[in-house]
Amino acid sequence: MEKNKSSAWEKVEIARNPKRKTAIDYIESIFDEFIELHGDRNFRDDKAIICGLAKLGEQSFTIIAEQKGRTTKENMERNFGMPNPESYRKAIRFMKQAEKFHRPVITFVDTKGAYPGIGAEERGQGEAIAKSMFEMARLKVPVISVVIGEGSSGGALAISVANKIFMLENAIYSILSPEGYSSILWKDSSRVKEAAEKMRLTAKDLYDLKVIDTIIKEPIEMEEADFEKVSQSIQKEIQKEIHKMQKMTKEELVEQRYEKFRSISGFKINMLK
Amino acid sequence: MIVDKIKKRETKNLANKKSNVDIPIGKWLKCEKCHEIIYKDTVRSNLNICPNCGHYFRMHIGKRIELVIDEGTYKRFDLNIETTNPLDLEDYPKKLATLREKTNLEEAVACGTGKIKGEDVVICIMDSGFLMGSMGAVVGEKITYSIEQAIQLKLPLIIFAVSGGARMQEGIISLMQMAKTTAALTKLDEAGLLYISVLTDPTYGGVTASFASLGDIILAEPGAMIGFAGPRVIEQTIGESLPEGFQTAEFLLEHGFIDKIVAREEMKDTLYQLIQYHKGGSTNGKE
Repeated sequence: MEKNKSSAWEKVEIARNPKRKTAIDYIESIFDEFIELHGDRNFRDDKAIICGLAKLGEQSFTIIAEQKGRTTKENMERNFGMPNPESYRKAIRFMKQAEKFHRPVITFVDTKGAYPGIGAEERGQGEAIAKSMFEMARLKVPVISVVIGEGSSGGALAISVANKIFMLENAIYSILSPEGYSSILWKDSSRVKEAAEKMRLTAKDLYDLKVIDTIIKEPIEMEEADFEKVSQSIQKEIQKEIHKMQKMTKEELVEQRYEKFRSISGFKINMLK
Repeated sequence: MIVDKIKKRETKNLANKKSNVDIPIGKWLKCEKCHEIIYKDTVRSNLNICPNCGHYFRMHIGKRIELVIDEGTYKRFDLNIETTNPLDLEDYPKKLATLREKTNLEEAVACGTGKIKGEDVVICIMDSGFLMGSMGAVVGEKITYSIEQAIQLKLPLIIFAVSGGARMQEGIISLMQMAKTTAALTKLDEAGLLYISVLTDPTYGGVTASFASLGDIILAEPGAMIGFAGPRVIEQTIGESLPEGFQTAEFLLEHGFIDKIVAREEMKDTLYQLIQYHKGGSTNGKE
């Protein structure tokens, strides 16, 4: 028990480590080519989510990825990977194009959450997230999400309504941060380690809860050689799953995704009634 | 007028006591907006609206059904479910049991069918009295089930939202309800059925960021607070105080995120009218 306790919090720290590889590192390593394309065609190009096209062999992909900065300057530009509504609207634009051109969609999830700001509220943060999930749920192409770092709250879920969800072994995925959880539920933000343990936010927990489908193994301290290996296993899993999904009809793809979320339980029949 | 007299007389009596603290809980309440002390029954008979300043008090499920559904036509869906307590929190099941007893509600949402001036609808009504209307697996399942019933019965869907967001006590399972309810709405959309979302005070977080924002038509009650992030979280993040009127229904209307603000006394008529506009349409020139 004691060991588990520390390990959930350890994973939170690993997932948040500013030196941890970001989406663009994985994209460049997994795919043969990548071209970033910009803008939501409405307000501006929000840099917390990057979108573009990638190739792996002959197969083209649409990429949507939450991108934290790798330097302080880049973090300022990217709002520390916390998307404004324009990021989700850009994502929606790319989802629709993926459908038009029959490309699978691969998303990379790594955010502390959607940005809580005045402008974000004025421009409908809630609506943007809801609409992103809505469009993603009915996409007639294969969708795979890879949780690579912090997958926190609706800001992460907005781009994770996928047929298959992969998760790096030391990534986390949760309703909100352990800090937020302990301060809301226990009115005590110092109980973060306990919260991390309680929240079931590790890849293993989420696999058991059937929230994610595949755990991608990774070492605790990632050297460059390890990173190559991890990228290769993500690449292999993507190819494997896409291969399976390409044999499915459009309707089967949508239905598989629907069932994935429809069947997440968490309730039981009340026998007392 | 009678209402006014009662209010004034009783207020005076209280003022004599020179204290606002010892208001008998059962009979009196203080308006959170104008701070006037009001007889509770007066508020109740006035659609839970402050007779002094027009402030909207929150409305519980029973009262809301009375407000919009024809008398005697509401039939709850036969769906008796409870949480599995996925995070194994010790006090959570106890808390739910206490709440069920105290509020006489099964959960934070009631779902069923009913008639609005004779028009059949599927209706979901959330309640802030039950863990702040938060959405866990039971709320998510009930809403999803209602959406599926609307599709099966080919009926319009109306959801009255009030919620603090996803329910913390069920962790990631609560978060997933956002995707689940949203995915169900794609099917309602494809079935060409009407969904009217009504936002009431307060609607926040994972509920705003899922089904509440996805209505074909989105209505709101006057003055309702609606947003994604809570005001305190935003203040802490940006380090400044928020502008007057931020995140009110009026603010959302101005920014283009809701269709119309509808007063309580007009809600039923408006819903009926909107349902009528969606009947018997023909978009094709040819049969």
